Amino acid sequence: MPLIRIVVGESAFDMGKETARLLTESDGVGGVGSFLGVVRGGNGLVALTLEHYPGMCEDVLTALAQEAVARFSLAGCIVIHRVGRLVVGEPIVLVLTAAAHRAAALNGTRFLIDRLKTGAPFWKMEEFADGRRVWVESRAEDEVAAANW
Amino acid sequence: MSADVTVLYFAALRERMGRSRDILTLSENTRTVGALLMERRKVDPTLDAALSGPGTLRVAVNRQLSDLSAPVQAGDEVAVFPPMTGG
Repeated sequence: MPLIRIVVGESAFDMGKETARLLTESDGVGGVGSFLGVVRGGNGLVALTLEHYPGMCEDVLTALAQEAVARFSLAGCIVIHRVGRLVVGEPIVLVLTAAAHRAAALNGTRFLIDRLKTGAPFWKMEEFADGRRVWVESRAEDEVAAANW
Repeated sequence: MSADVTVLYFAALRERMGRSRDILTLSENTRTVGALLMERRKVDPTLDAALSGPGTLRVAVNRQLSDLSAPVQAGDEVAVFPPMTGG
């Protein structure tokens, strides 16, 4: 059975340790694909606060991971998504996919990050240096990226 | 089982509501999520204003993405929220 590890929480994660874990617990791996999303600065943004729907988030991410494993013949995958207040430069999300060959690993990674952006119940609120707080609106190109899979 | 349905609000909608959940009693003739919310709007100006706010909203029933035509029954957990912006 391919490893599927889903974590949603406030804690920081260690990408190196997660990669080692994926390699240790997966068979026949020829490569690992990864995406690390971080809080992007600019325009006075100081932090993001991520809200989520506990329970549904884990359900959606698990279903997406199962779909990715089946569709791209992954040997395993890890999805970690943080919630709470995160300052500029801090990691938000980690997607790791292990596969026999690079195309499957890279496609699996892209599938997971594209689909989770619009399909998993997380919401971002931007916090600016001047005190403004703004809920991020969904972007049409994200919907298109998710639908293309 | 009681005839109660839990309704959860998230993100901008939660802020517009000023609370994160309501426990609503299902009336006998209410069969869909849309009907439940329409009925409640008539007696809850805060909900009416929040649902009239800008932007589209999404609905989940028992943690599955759904829509207003979805059937609702006692014990269900309904969630209403803006489009998701994770990642």
